[in-house]
Formats: sequence, structure tokens, C-alpha cells
Amino acid sequence: MSRPFLEVEGLAKHYPGRDGRPGAPVFENVTFGIERGEFVCVIGHSGCGKTTILNILAGIDAPSAGTIIMDGREVAGPSLDRGVVFQAHALLPWMTALQNVEFGVRSRWPAYTQREVRSHSVRYLEMVGLGHALDKKPAELSGGMKQRVGIARAFAIQPKMLLLDEPFGALDALTRGTIQDELLAIVRATGQTVFMITHDVDEAILLADRILLMSTGPRARIAETVAVDLPRSRTRASLHHEARYYEIRNRLVDFLVDKAAKKEPVAS
Amino acid sequence: MPVARRWRSVLVSFVILVLVLGAWQAATHSEEAAAVVDPAYAALVGNAAASGGKTPFPGPGEVAAQLWRHLQDPFYDRGPNDKGLGLQLAYSIARVLTGFLCAALVAIPLGFLIGMSRTLYEAFDPFIQVLKPVSPLAWMPLALYTIKDANLSAMFVIFICSIWPMLINTAFGVGSVRQDWLNVARTLEVPRLRTACKVILPAAAPTIMTGMRISIGIAWLVIVAAEMLIGGTGIGYFVWNEWNNLSIANIICAILFIGLIGMALDVLLARAARLVSYRE
Ligand SMILES: Nc1ncnc2c1ncn2[C@@H]1O[C@H](COP(=O)(O)OP(=O)(O)OP(=O)(O)O)[C@@H](O)[C@H]1O
Ligand SMILES: [Mg+2]
Repeated sequence: MSRPFLEVEGLAKHYPGRDGRPGAPVFENVTFGIERGEFVCVIGHSGCGKTTILNILAGIDAPSAGTIIMDGREVAGPSLDRGVVFQAHALLPWMTALQNVEFGVRSRWPAYTQREVRSHSVRYLEMVGLGHALDKKPAELSGGMKQRVGIARAFAIQPKMLLLDEPFGALDALTRGTIQDELLAIVRATGQTVFMITHDVDEAILLADRILLMSTGPRARIAETVAVDLPRSRTRASLHHEARYYEIRNRLVDFLVDKAAKKEPVAS
Repeated sequence: MPVARRWRSVLVSFVILVLVLGAWQAATHSEEAAAVVDPAYAALVGNAAASGGKTPFPGPGEVAAQLWRHLQDPFYDRGPNDKGLGLQLAYSIARVLTGFLCAALVAIPLGFLIGMSRTLYEAFDPFIQVLKPVSPLAWMPLALYTIKDANLSAMFVIFICSIWPMLINTAFGVGSVRQDWLNVARTLEVPRLRTACKVILPAAAPTIMTGMRISIGIAWLVIVAAEMLIGGTGIGYFVWNEWNNLSIANIICAILFIGLIGMALDVLLARAARLVSYRE
């Protein structure tokens, strides 16, 4: 069997406790793989360590134990191979939308001329429907538009893999739906490999090929993996007509409501 | 209605001005009768009091006339003890700007380094904490002794008093740049120098500008005292000289101009601050 594109093996993280000694791990023994072109969602209760895992994958945080291998190479530190969309958009407020995207593009292709950097960045902003707002500062953009700039910034560097941390968490249901559709279209068109965190069960079923369910911390781990075997052509409109949809949905909700907190089946 | 309120506050300002001028006029009018010379005061004032007459405190009209004379010819130069008010102010402004700019050149890069490194921050902290509360004038004798030049010593005192707010604010601004923004630069593999110029500097710029504003305010406060000590030129020396001449009207004119220039410096830096500010 060939090894997956991204291989996460025995990942654990603990922070020092008050007395200076390592506290109980936030999560441990987190092991999973992601195939090239696969869209994987992680669901878990708040505080179980999802963002921490994503930051470790991004290379901006270090694990206490475990290894990550992407495309045959160990992940140690941040890299342009992994584009990140942060939980709180993290746009630089003194730059315009265009400059925010250009900031990454210039770093990815240092040999580009100013014109090339610009036209490349404009293309990605147009892709997320922001061709009209290139010169707006983040403060002048709505929440949904900011998140779109963040997505354009991550896509524009053409990473081998995208890491999304609850990209739609702060958006209203309508905007969220529109951007989900956009993201889905772009990902399908580019065959991008995606690792995404979400709180939203329907969002996960719509977008993901596979859903990882995390138990509640401390000592959280990946408790279950749910394959979403619905046609890849599914859309928000068609989703609830799928026969398997409710089955998958019930399984996820059951897990979150009942099982997430239970560590092991109680043996008494 | 913001426009209406604006006019209302202008009106109230005007009323306050008229009341103050009126009170001043009334007070100086009645004072002329009572002229008691305290012996200790006479000793302080010296020959002016000894020669008998006590100069009465000038009324608003007198000061206005004096002000008008200064405005007619602000830049005349008739020897070391008789220079135009404008010229004296220019000397002071030049000293303040030189000292302030030198301080900025040292404080901002140094603050940047201190802000970037926890170790450096903790290493410099005790020195800053001890030196910051020292009155800048306490440095004057040391400066005069080592530099042996009154003008340079005054600039050095300005340098010393402007350095602390800029240093502290720069270090603080650089040290508290949002981790999110730094993480963006890291995940995009932006080189360190570029991160410093494109992320840390703009993020910290408003805090740095606040430091510069505090510094220039302090520098303008200190220059008057420093020039009273060194003598020769400058608005501080002018005030002291006019005190020796017992020309109270001139002192009041100088106070007015010191206030106006101080305000102008602050407004200038506030404008600059607006250029680098950002909304999140
Ligand atoms: N610097 C730190 N020191 C100590 N504990 C920390 C630190 N950072 C995070 N934690 C702990 O790690 C756990 C996981 O945090 P994380 O941000 O990964 O949660 P999350 O699953 O992303 O939550 P959410 O869904 O609310 O975003 C939390 O319980 C938090 O208390
Ligand atoms: Mg999180």
C-alpha cells in the first residue's frame, strides 16, 4: 500500500502546568492520513485542540510528540507548500485587499515583476468575486469579504495543501452558504488537498470526503472517521435529497452529543 | 446637530476669553494703587526695585500693544540681549528638533531590537527604569562638563528627555504585534527583514507615533528651562532676560508663543500619526 500524501503519526501536545511540569496532554495519539486531492474535515467540541493540530500542520506550533510527513518530507516549520486560512481572517489591516494577496505572491515567486505579482493576485481575488474591491482596506470589507480575501491569499500561493481553520465560523448563514459553494467550486476545479476545521455538521458533509471526529480533551484523540460517500457533484441544494445524507448526519450528531466526552466504553 | 454644537462651543470659548481678559483688566487697574515692596523681593529683583519704582503688572491692552510690536518685527537682531521673539523661538525650535530627531534615530531602532527580543528587553529594562524618572535638567552639568558647549548641551538635554517615551513605546509596540499577523508572515515564508518592514513596523507605527508625540511635548517643556540655564539665545533665555528687565508684558507674549508653538508641534505629529494609523 502506498503511503498517503500527508501522514500524521502519534501527534501529542501538552502545555506546561502551573507547577512547571508538563500538564495533561490536550490531545495524544492523533494519527491520520490525507490522500492527494482529498478534502478532510475535523469536527470536535471547542477546546479539544483542533486549532493546535492545524497550527502544528502549518508549522507555526511544535508538537510535544509525533511526526508529520507531507509528500515524503517531514514538516518542520512553516512553508509555502501549505496555505493557511486563519480562524480570525488575520488580514493585515494597513494593506488593501490586493496588497494582502500580493504579500504572499511576492514571497512565493520572488522573481516576478511588479506587474506579474499584481495580475496573478488580481486573478485570485476575481476568483472569489472581489474584483471590485481590490483597493479596499479590510476595515472597509464585510466579514464575508474579509474571509474571501483570506481564502484568495491562501489559494494564490498555489500550495500543495490548504489548511482552513473554521473559515466560515463568524459568518451569517446566507453568506456562509455562498462562500461554501465558491470554495467547493474552486477546490473541485483545482483538485486541491484540503484540511479544514469546522463546527458545522452540514458544512462538513457538504464539503468533505472524509470527516475526522475528535473526542473532548484533555487527552483528546481522533475517535472516529466517517467517509462521506455521497456523489462529489453534490450541492447545498441537492444535499438533503441524498438518501445517505441523514444517516451520516445522525452519526455525526450522535457522536457530538453522546460519545465525544466518553473516553472508553465503561467496563462495569 | 454637530455644526450648531460647534458654533456653541466657539461662542463659549469666546465668552471665557472675554471674562478672563475682563478680570485681568480689572485686577491690574486696581493694583496700581497698592505698591508694597517686600525686602526679600527687592533683593531678588535687584536694582530695578532699588531704584524705587515697582513696575505695575501690565493690563491686556499693554500686552496686546507689545504683542503687536513683536509681530511687526519678529526677527530683528540687535546684539546678544536684544533679539526678536521670532528669532528666539527659531533657536529653540532648532534645538528641540535636532535633539528630538537624534533621539528618534537612536530610540526607534533600539526600541525595535528591544521589542523583538525578550532577552534584550529584560536586559535593558532596569537601565530604562532608573534613567527614565531622572529630570533631564539633572544631566545639564554633566553635559556642560563633558561637551563644553552650551548649545550642544541644551540639545543633549533635549535628546535625553525625548529618548525615553520613544524607546519605551517602540519596544512596546514592536513587542505586542498580534501573533496572528506574525504567523501570516511565517506561513508565507516572508524573510525576516521584509517581515520587520512590512508587518512589524506598520503594526507598531501608531504606538511609535504616540511615543514621538509624548517626546516632543516633553522636549518643548524642557527647552525653556534648559535655555534659562545656558543663556545666550532661545525663548527660555528670552523669558529670563525679560524677567531681569522686569518686562512682564514681554514675558506674557513669550508664554503665549510658547503655548502656540507647542500646540503646533503636537498638531503636526498628530497629523503624521493619522497617516500611519489603521483600523482593524
Ligand atoms: N498557550 C497555551 N497554554 C496552555 N494551554 C493552551 C495554550 N493554548 C491552547 N491551550 C489549550 O489547548 C486546548 C486546545 O486549544 P485549541 O485552540 O486548539 O482548541 P480548538 O479545538 O481549536 O477550539 P475552538 O473550537 O474553540 O477553536 C484548549 O483547551 C486550551 O486551553
Ligand atoms: Mg480553534
